[in-house]
Amino acid sequence: MSRETSGLAIETSGLVKTFGKTQAVAGVDLTVRAGTVYGLLGPNGAGKTTVVRMLATLLRPDAGEARVFGRDVVRDADAVRGRVSLTGQYASVDEDLTGTENLVLLARLLGHTKPAARERAAALLEAFGLTDAADRQIKKYSGGMRRRIDIAASILNTPDLLFLDEPTTGLDPRSRNQVWEIIRLVVAHGTTVLLTTQYLDEADRLAGRIAVIDHGKVIAEGTPGELKSSVGAGSVHVRLRDAERRAEAEQVLTRTLGRALAAPVQLEADPVALTARVSGDETDRAAAEQASHALAELARHGITVDDFSLGQPSLDEVFLALTDRTTDPHTAAETLEPAATDKETVA
Amino acid sequence: MSTATTTTEAPAAAAYTPSAESLGAVLALGERPPRPSAFSASLTFGWRAMLKIKHVPEQLFDVTAFPIIMTLMFTFLFGGALAGSVSEYVQFLLPGIMVMSVVMTTMYTGLAVNTDIEKGVFDRFRTLPIWRPAPMVGYLLGDAFRYTMAATTILIVGLILGFRPDGGPIGVLTGMALLVAFSFAFSWVWTMFGLLLRSDKSVMGVSMMVLFPLTFLSNILVQPDTMPGWLQAFVDVNPITHLVAAVRGQMAGDPDTTALVWVVASGAALIAIFGTLTMRLYNRK
Repeated sequence: MSRETSGLAIETSGLVKTFGKTQAVAGVDLTVRAGTVYGLLGPNGAGKTTVVRMLATLLRPDAGEARVFGRDVVRDADAVRGRVSLTGQYASVDEDLTGTENLVLLARLLGHTKPAARERAAALLEAFGLTDAADRQIKKYSGGMRRRIDIAASILNTPDLLFLDEPTTGLDPRSRNQVWEIIRLVVAHGTTVLLTTQYLDEADRLAGRIAVIDHGKVIAEGTPGELKSSVGAGSVHVRLRDAERRAEAEQVLTRTLGRALAAPVQLEADPVALTARVSGDETDRAAAEQASHALAELARHGITVDDFSLGQPSLDEVFLALTDRTTDPHTAAETLEPAATDKETVA
Repeated sequence: MSTATTTTEAPAAAAYTPSAESLGAVLALGERPPRPSAFSASLTFGWRAMLKIKHVPEQLFDVTAFPIIMTLMFTFLFGGALAGSVSEYVQFLLPGIMVMSVVMTTMYTGLAVNTDIEKGVFDRFRTLPIWRPAPMVGYLLGDAFRYTMAATTILIVGLILGFRPDGGPIGVLTGMALLVAFSFAFSWVWTMFGLLLRSDKSVMGVSMMVLFPLTFLSNILVQPDTMPGWLQAFVDVNPITHLVAAVRGQMAGDPDTTALVWVVASGAALIAIFGTLTMRLYNRK
């Protein structure tokens, strides 16, 4: 069994898939190095799942090319299938069958003899903490257990590339942590993982590189750190005592920070909160210095600050800036312009 | 365990922490085993169908209660009017009603395929490096078991009602085998519709639209002599008519060679056409 630790696990160029009139994937180029975790980040309907389904040989691309470990996903689909495994958004196991039956079935289909299949099923159930539920039907499993049996099924033959399509959607925090830990262990063993998610902290925690996808296109690509710094060196979050003074505070911050602002000062949904994204590269002054200067100016104007924080921008902010979507309709128009320029600097 | 409100799964979930050791052990697989043969993969999928019957035995209702009702209903409904007596009519009707019940049962194949697609398990099967038609053949192998059960149920009811076939046990068994084999071939029509149509309701609708004319406009209930010419023309080309003639021939100990040739030829044609269409849809899905 040859396991490339260097080289490319996935290469796509100009990948397109159209359903009826909608272009679900509109020209996606991806390069994923073997042995890494790569995150596809995007909102619902961005085209993440469609990309994964094409790479997993479940869908034929309408245009473009995709290779998995150098093999074309259309012409050489069978060779690709021998090395990849997919955990879809919905449990890819038979709900009517028990945990053991599902794993034995799959082990037999992957070529194990009957005794070997039974042995393998037992070992997997043990490793995933499902031994007690081995003889229960999957439909009686909890959400977290379902996810685990699903991943257990996916790594039955230790794939070289594992697709995880929104692996933690709908899971409680504890189950989510378990899944994250499993993914880390699987990757540590040498399997490449392509992960889709709409949770930014998930991509941040697990993925070495991230592609942000929206409307079927990659709008940004890089390490989590690169993506964050593309939106600014840091964010100053301020909470005022008096909501009525917010407009004034906004003016003070805009004037004080001036060219150091990466985007117009943002008014949060919370009526006393404001956020200013500070870019470090416009002036020589560090983000922290900019922030303290701004706070001093607020005090000088007699605006009381109840609470403030300075942080690296979260991936949420990156995401919202890049996808032109915000939860607050009032700020949407304001962030639109700078977000567009951000796109160019990232791409 | 600590409080009454905790669900039964909670303690197990809380106890579980992925361990690098045990997970590492299962991941260290070594050499991947060679791929299973087409035959072995199909049999494994057939085993899956049997497991589903084991877990959801209600589905056997279709192949036990339904055939009993059909047999009793038609025997007593038409027996007196058409053949003078129930025991006389059952000699004519039984092979036909067996064909009708089993052929009607074939539509559940389409429903099973359609419900599986809705669920993620189908994606798993389609990403496996196995002989492509294996999942479909597996469904049909499971269904062949159901067809055998339906045919056996009807035979038993028939024997109770006074069915005494001249062909003896051999004739009855070969007749039933022919019916199950043809139904296997015919089921490829439903695997195709199962993949093609969007919901199980539409699969059901189409199945009814195909099955009712095919089974009723045949020689199952009455001899076609009294039908108008255009209808006789349809009945004569209907493969179900030939199947019924062939099964009747076997059971009566008077094999109908022409009908047998027809049945084998139409079965092969069904697999060739609808098997190909099914696999095309399966690969494109």
